[in-house]
Amino acid sequence: MSQLLEIKDLVAGVEGKSILKGLSLSVGKGEVHVILGPNGSGKSTLMNVIMGHPKYEVTGGSIAFEGEDIADLKTFERAKKGLFLSFQTPEEIPGITVENMLRTAKQAITGEKVKIVPFRRQLKALMEELKMKPEYAERYLNVGFSGGEKKRTEILQLLMLNPKLAMLDETDSGLDVDAVQIVSEGVAKFHNEENSCLIITHNTRILEKLKVDKVHVLMNGEIVEEGGPELIEEINSQGFTHILDRHSEGK
Amino acid sequence: MAEEFSPKKKTYVEDIERTLYDIRDEDRSAYKTHSGLTKDIILDISKRKHDPEWMTEFRLKALETYNSMPLPTWGPDISELNMDEIVTYVQPDAKMTGNWQEVPEDIKNTFDRLGIPEAEQKQSLAGVGAQYDSEVVYHSIQEDLVKQGVIYTDMETALWEHGDIVREYFMTLVPPKDHKFTALHGAVWSGGSFVYVPEGVHVEIPLQSYFRLNAAGAGQFEHTLIIVEKDASLHFIEGCSAPKYNVTNLHAGCVELFVKEGARLRYSTIENWSRNMMNLNTKRAIVEKDGIIEWVSGSFGSHVSCLYPCSILHGENARCEFTGVTFASKGQNLDTGASVIHAAPHTSANINTRTISKAGGAATYRSAVKVTRNAPFAKCSVNCESLMLDSESRSDTLPVMDIEGDEADIGHEAKIGRISDEAIFYLTSRGIDEEEARAMIVRGFVEPIAKELPLEYAVEMNNLVNIELEGTMG
Repeated sequence: MSQLLEIKDLVAGVEGKSILKGLSLSVGKGEVHVILGPNGSGKSTLMNVIMGHPKYEVTGGSIAFEGEDIADLKTFERAKKGLFLSFQTPEEIPGITVENMLRTAKQAITGEKVKIVPFRRQLKALMEELKMKPEYAERYLNVGFSGGEKKRTEILQLLMLNPKLAMLDETDSGLDVDAVQIVSEGVAKFHNEENSCLIITHNTRILEKLKVDKVHVLMNGEIVEEGGPELIEEINSQGFTHILDRHSEGK
Repeated sequence: MAEEFSPKKKTYVEDIERTLYDIRDEDRSAYKTHSGLTKDIILDISKRKHDPEWMTEFRLKALETYNSMPLPTWGPDISELNMDEIVTYVQPDAKMTGNWQEVPEDIKNTFDRLGIPEAEQKQSLAGVGAQYDSEVVYHSIQEDLVKQGVIYTDMETALWEHGDIVREYFMTLVPPKDHKFTALHGAVWSGGSFVYVPEGVHVEIPLQSYFRLNAAGAGQFEHTLIIVEKDASLHFIEGCSAPKYNVTNLHAGCVELFVKEGARLRYSTIENWSRNMMNLNTKRAIVEKDGIIEWVSGSFGSHVSCLYPCSILHGENARCEFTGVTFASKGQNLDTGASVIHAAPHTSANINTRTISKAGGAATYRSAVKVTRNAPFAKCSVNCESLMLDSESRSDTLPVMDIEGDEADIGHEAKIGRISDEAIFYLTSRGIDEEEARAMIVRGFVEPIAKELPLEYAVEMNNLVNIELEGTMG
């Protein structure tokens, strides 16, 4: 199967310190992948590096998207290619409304002028599905939003911008049961055969409505194990140490 | 830092598009005094302006005060200002009229370019005053306002036609001895606006006065006196600009606002003086019981500005809302802010400002809040935020609070910062390019203020932020 995202031997870090130490990972079109790993193993760094955060320096390996090397592209260019990152802690940006940001982003990504009436109709319908009050469209982006509202706003953006690859960085963390439900329904609504998801989570509830194709276990900047959804169960019951032990023995 | 995003390029918000303002007319004044400040010059101005006797005396006394006072010892450096080189009175070659056709063509063209007659025609203004150098050349007011007893005229006309009112209020709120430049103002003032809104009258559409200084090396000293009587309301807009010269121009205007019981006054100012202007302006409002003063203040121009509109909350429940934006670029030192005196119980004030500095410009936010013993349950909240667009620019915040009484509720929040890299990353991760992301953040920063500005001016301010270019510096 053709790979949507293909990462080979990626070495990246910040201020001369390597965080990702030769990591390889591939996501095929239409697939749902989950990344598990203990805190500090490099999961968020991986997503930031894929998105092109200028803070991180890539010193080795390659990142290809739809067969094209994107390592030298700027963040906005990667977004235009179809990458999307749902942030673990979304930024608060005063003075820019949710609607204004989304309209500008949609225009930038499609390269076409956004027609205001259908845009608003779509926005309103999606906000309803995500159980967001309509006035949030006019609020400044994430300013004064609760944790759950911020995450729902991320999913709103995901659905409005409709990327090819959705990277979700702990979109379910810090949410109550109902909010996780709403968010996971949103992700399920987004996902189809034409797009892919790469999900970081400590929680399995967000995955309930999705068919997980592959699980990667990331520890200390490397993928130490890969497998099917059964790995999630195993880690949930036995923890990461168990995997690490097995990994060390294997060496 | 932002440089990490594009090491070879550097984004900057262009200076304010000034072309419109920088068109100068040929100097065709009818009369100019000698430069400098002497008793003879004051007498000459007074005679030419046909002052009543009390005003001539007032001017001479103010001159004495001026001569006896030192320069202020705080604030930006104004040592470049040499009063011996300033021409304090420039009479335009035009008589005041209520018909644009009678205004000399080049002067009319200037106001056309600024869009004043157009706004008037569209009836988005209920009255217009236009001052050119030292005198008002055009004045109008809608008939129905006149019928309701509203007075809107130039100060010179008011001196004769409404002399009693003027004499009762003129420079009582801002006395000449306040500081050296109010003393100067008292001695040489010319032009400006007089507004009187009778009890219970609501002026629904704004009045606007525009002040244009065309003569090089001259000063403008207009006086604005507004009285809003009990339960009346008014929105007054003041705009000012000047073309750029290589010599120093001086603006030392004075604004006195009397807001009576239950009255409401919104005073909006957009100042876009050229970069050779020393703008040493004094504005003050006194607000009686249940009255409201709302200041909306945009400072974009001038070389040096000192501007701190003051609100004296004199009656119970009096309120002040101050909203200000200051944009300092290359060669500018803009020292702006507000001052509030709580002098009665349950008075409240909100001060909300944004300042931007770029290309080596310096912006200082300075405020003074005083709560006297007579003001139990006073409430004041100050929120001042500054954004520096590059590392050469400066931003300072100097808030002073003097709380004498107990039971005051005072809040203060100050932020000085640069555009956050994480905010840029967030927006660019949504497909928005870096230039646009920066422009959006800057626009967003001033948005709470922009939405308070009169529409035409808000558009103008957005335009200036939109002129975000890819620079080649860096």
